[in-house]
Amino acid sequence: MKYLDEFRDSELAGRVAAEIKRVTTRPWMLMEVCGGQTHSILRFGLDQMLPEQITLIHGPGCPVCVTPVEMIDKALELAARPGVIFCSFGDMLRVPGSATNLLSARAAGAEVRTVYSPLDAVKIATTHPDREVVFFAVGFETTAPATAMAVRQAAERGLKNFSMLTAHVLVPPALESILSAPDCRVQGFLAAGHVCSVMGHQEYEPIARTYRVPIVVTGFEPLDILEGVCWCVRQLEEGRAEVENAYRRVVRREGNRAAMDLVSEVFEAVPRQWRGVGQIPRSGLGLRAPYARFDAERRFTLSTQSVPESAECLIGEVLQGKIRPPQCPQFGTRCTPDHPLGATMVSSEGACAAYYRYREQTV
Amino acid sequence: MCLAIPGKILTVTGPDSLWREGKVDFSGVVKEVNLACVPEAGVGSYVIVHAGMAISVVDEAEAQSVLAHFRQMGEATEPTEGA
Repeated sequence: MKYLDEFRDSELAGRVAAEIKRVTTRPWMLMEVCGGQTHSILRFGLDQMLPEQITLIHGPGCPVCVTPVEMIDKALELAARPGVIFCSFGDMLRVPGSATNLLSARAAGAEVRTVYSPLDAVKIATTHPDREVVFFAVGFETTAPATAMAVRQAAERGLKNFSMLTAHVLVPPALESILSAPDCRVQGFLAAGHVCSVMGHQEYEPIARTYRVPIVVTGFEPLDILEGVCWCVRQLEEGRAEVENAYRRVVRREGNRAAMDLVSEVFEAVPRQWRGVGQIPRSGLGLRAPYARFDAERRFTLSTQSVPESAECLIGEVLQGKIRPPQCPQFGTRCTPDHPLGATMVSSEGACAAYYRYREQTV
Repeated sequence: MCLAIPGKILTVTGPDSLWREGKVDFSGVVKEVNLACVPEAGVGSYVIVHAGMAISVVDEAEAQSVLAHFRQMGEATEPTEGA
């Protein structure tokens, strides 16, 4: 695939790895924010190409993973209502709620449909005017334009049977939450490239200055990730703490204005609960008042109460980079992709799933 | 979740910005994609697509320049490594 395969060239990757080795003189701890990057790192063995002094720890950038149990329970309650077609990205179906998951709900008779795009859910609502169609809106800044577009299209079409359970989250507040923790070990960030393709990277500049931490906007292919590491290490070695863009073929500093306008027309920043982490102020997106009729939590009376999270699953520590998945006592024993205790073992971008899939034999 | 892949726009249709759509080719797999957020992209442009929406236009000159930089990096370091 053009603009993908070229950035997987193993010979060139070796050259960038050699450059990283050349510039590294001390130990450094970097966090890649996005779960997609975590999977690339483990899949292509990029961490094993780095000098021993460089440690990569894995961040909270997996929206499926950070969606709290309570929200999954709400999704299950909505899906079980008569007349509802519940639409979700496939990744959410196996995430455990407090008692079951959406896949089991489907097996028990609920109409749960997997969609590729929120716009598909709008099409389903259009063709099923006699049914209530609810979309489970999860995602970071990358996904927010598609979700906002679904709302705009539903409004334009005058749909009265479309709503969404909104669990959207935002990256910069999560970075600040990690950096504010007294035991924060992160010295530099690889920022998630596709999030920045929408929001740009201006918003990171005050974070880099305040916390004296380099932030390098990084893509997802092996060459992109190694280049991101190289730039981040170079900043650390030179004592700089700046925002740099190592994914310029896709990301512009100012982001995508049309996409940001669309998102801010439909959504506003709200406090959001993160699984295993807790509530972070202004870290989520909620529907603005003119679009409140599309809010499933307002449209339906839900009985779901807040529920405690599993004490066995150390998802909070994993999502904040405090431990690596194999350090969890349940990893690979009581918690596996077939019997997950937490979302990080389920999601295709979860750090635990990445270690289980690519490193099970070696940890 | 933030997986987004590059594809080439084959056609552009749709009456206005909200419904601007097109067919996008991902190495032989063609999908209908909403193009409302990339008004500057036309037939032949490469766009980054996520969840049915094009969210960015690939800067092809930049992509070539980065690859050239990687190749040069090798040429510059090889003699050092061999020395």
